Amino acid sequence: MSAAADPRPLGGNRADRRGPSTGAGRDGPASTRIVVGFGFWIFLLSDIVMFSAFFAAYAVLAGATAGGPSGLQLFDLKSVAWETGCLLLSSFACGVASVGATLKSFRIFQIAMAATFVLGALFLGLEIKEFVGLVARGAGPQRSAFLSAFFALVGCHGLHVTIGLLWLLTMMAQVQSKGFREDIQRRILCFNLFWHALDIIWVGVFTIVYLLGAGL
Amino acid sequence: MSFLFGKLSWSAVPLDQPLPMVSAGVIGLALAGVAIWVIRKGWAPYLWREWITSVDHKRIGVMYCVLALVMLLRGFSDAILMRSQQAVAFHAPGFLPPEHYNQIFSAHGTIMIFFVGMPFMFGLMNFVLPLQLGVRDVAFPTLNSVAFWLTCSGALLVNISLVVGEFQRTGWLPYPPLSEIAYSPGVGVDYWLWALSISGVGSLIGGINLVTTILKMRAPGMNYMRMPMFCWTALASNLLIVAAFPILTATSAMLLLDRYVGFHFFTNTGGGNMMMFMNLIWAWGHPEVYILILPAFGIFSEVISTFSGKPLFGYRSMVLATLAICVLAFMVWLHHFFTMGAGANVNAVFGILTTVIAVPTGVKVFNWLFTLYGGSVRFSSALLWSLGFMVTFVIGGMTGVLLAVPPADFLLHNSLFLVAHFHNVIIGGVLFGAFAGYTYWFPKAFGFRLHEGIGKAAFWFWLTGFYVAFMPLYWLGFLGMTRRMQHYDVAAWRPWLLVAAAGVGLILIGVVLQAIQLFTSIRDRESLRDTTGDPWDGRSLEWATSSPPPVFNFAVLPNVQSEDAYWSMKSAAREQQRLAREPDYQAIEMPRNSPTGVVCAFFATVVGFALIWHIWWLAIFGLIGAYATFAVFAWRDITEEEISAAEVGRMDRENREARIEALHAADRA
Repeated sequence: MSAAADPRPLGGNRADRRGPSTGAGRDGPASTRIVVGFGFWIFLLSDIVMFSAFFAAYAVLAGATAGGPSGLQLFDLKSVAWETGCLLLSSFACGVASVGATLKSFRIFQIAMAATFVLGALFLGLEIKEFVGLVARGAGPQRSAFLSAFFALVGCHGLHVTIGLLWLLTMMAQVQSKGFREDIQRRILCFNLFWHALDIIWVGVFTIVYLLGAGL
Repeated sequence: MSFLFGKLSWSAVPLDQPLPMVSAGVIGLALAGVAIWVIRKGWAPYLWREWITSVDHKRIGVMYCVLALVMLLRGFSDAILMRSQQAVAFHAPGFLPPEHYNQIFSAHGTIMIFFVGMPFMFGLMNFVLPLQLGVRDVAFPTLNSVAFWLTCSGALLVNISLVVGEFQRTGWLPYPPLSEIAYSPGVGVDYWLWALSISGVGSLIGGINLVTTILKMRAPGMNYMRMPMFCWTALASNLLIVAAFPILTATSAMLLLDRYVGFHFFTNTGGGNMMMFMNLIWAWGHPEVYILILPAFGIFSEVISTFSGKPLFGYRSMVLATLAICVLAFMVWLHHFFTMGAGANVNAVFGILTTVIAVPTGVKVFNWLFTLYGGSVRFSSALLWSLGFMVTFVIGGMTGVLLAVPPADFLLHNSLFLVAHFHNVIIGGVLFGAFAGYTYWFPKAFGFRLHEGIGKAAFWFWLTGFYVAFMPLYWLGFLGMTRRMQHYDVAAWRPWLLVAAAGVGLILIGVVLQAIQLFTSIRDRESLRDTTGDPWDGRSLEWATSSPPPVFNFAVLPNVQSEDAYWSMKSAAREQQRLAREPDYQAIEMPRNSPTGVVCAFFATVVGFALIWHIWWLAIFGLIGAYATFAVFAWRDITEEEISAAEVGRMDRENREARIEALHAADRA
């Protein structure tokens, strides 16, 4: 009884398999790395949908200043430019960390992750400074719907960065104690995707909130 | 004290109101009774090891369905209370004071959508999808457990509100400005917001998990056009979850910010825009109804095809219709508030798009009809639920098209006509679908069938009860009765409300019959035993494995050669009078069980409760606990358990023997 005689064997592996499966149906389930990466992409898409709701709310309420200050009076583009620089550089450092993980070099990985952390924390510090300054000037989120939407949108991004920093430290500790295990490599991949996605969202915030706001 | 307990004090417990206290007492006693029974029988370690910490998609699926059935009883009790209140509250205050009545209709809607409809569909999808796709588990088994327990956490918070504080009184969705802190200063709205935020995260995780499973985890040869219809509708439904639930999270967050820290998203003052809440909530809310109904469409497709003994008619058009509904679901949200005053042109666009959804739905109904046509139809109870659905859902769909016409909607908005319409599609569609799936896949989950006779009786009581309870509501809508009325003095409404109350009585008989059916079926399980793993002469891969399936589902992943994958394997076996040759068994690695889900949900419940009552230190403690749970999970070294090749072979040979016997039995007959 050869396989050719039975066109519908109940199970059995395909002999003609070429390379790892991508999960496209022909070759069976995809490898764990592909499944994890794909699932995390789906999560990122959902996260971007959540941000889009905050963006939409901001767009609706941007003009609702209730007699209070508008973006033109409040935004300090220079500080925002520094924030942007920090975040973009941190993304570069994060990319270097993923190269370090691929090379399984503890030194490159840990130094690059530390740089990512410092730059991310700088970004966060600048943002907190901006928020504190606004509240001190009487332009807190309770002042108007415009400021509510502003604080919620930018704050939501800041909250993501904060969680990202916590995750970053966890990954550094994990690599230190467990090494570049396969599952840890997958987590590093996900962390990278997350950190870069925060950049993409920041580009949206920078453009729609700060550039358009300062120009209005 | 306020640091330690926040807003919480003994006055939060409604000791002066007998109804919530008595019902909570009964529930508490029942739970305590079950707990004592379980502990005395020595089942607690088994439950912990094999169910509570299980990451097996089948077990999680079953637990989702149990949650849905328990919460169905709670939501249905609310329905009985509302119908009897309206039956007696003619020129009279009735037996429910307004503040309590308002909580009941709000809780009824919330529970039925979020803690009955969602978990029921999630449970069936969880249980069935990996089996139909021919794989061993979902993409992320531990996250699956987390998602389930977070849903439980939300359900628990809603039930806690019965005795600690209050539930919201704003209707099932907390419309501002009524839900703002100025008009709803109590904790009711906060209960809703935190319960839904927590269970919403659970739904989102579940959705991501199932989308990844369907797109990346399929048996060899299972390409898109060979997937069973249920997989397609589940894919569409989970795509909607991924795209819609984040909007609910964002909207809840905005209302929370308004209520907790004085933001002005939806307030009357400070430039807030309350209509933005309507737009955002329905941008989630309309896809939500398709999230619920699409899996039901898949269940009906499977049931109708199986019990007609035919492949599904127009499979490709069915796939296309499903995806068309998936896309259109996001383009019609404004029809929930035509009366907002967006203008005639905007209303016309949304009205037309809404009626357009009837087209792919109509395609589906005709496909089901043509599947039945010329088939050798077996009228099992699962098929009866499907036939009852087809008739009922078409009526509900047509009243929906009527409501989609803006001028008609201006007259019927917020009337009982609307209430009748959405119960018509949700009971006739989602709930009947859930019951069809429950009956259809029960033997696969437990190895024995449900009693058919009692099941059919339950179906007929549900069906007639539904019509008697809800057709009068259409008429009451025409008579001008609005929804959510605690009392009334229009004599013309009275008889119809009495008829509706009688209808609920009929449904109650149906529910009792279902409970009896479950009880008798468990008692007589030996005579209802499914020995072959294929009790209904099924067509898709879940019937290729034994009932209940082994933990790894398939000893060797099936090699899919066609649509209706199992049917062609079975036909080949029948033709050749033998099974395919015994495969080469290999050891299988399965994910290890983990308490991560239940521990995480425990901390989520703590955080939710603490935030509702402004107990800030407890909230911080809960968040640290949740983080620690994930860190512990991330640090574990052994993630999988091996099942030896010999064990796999032994289990599969049993399945093969049962099938060979069935083959010979079919031959003799």
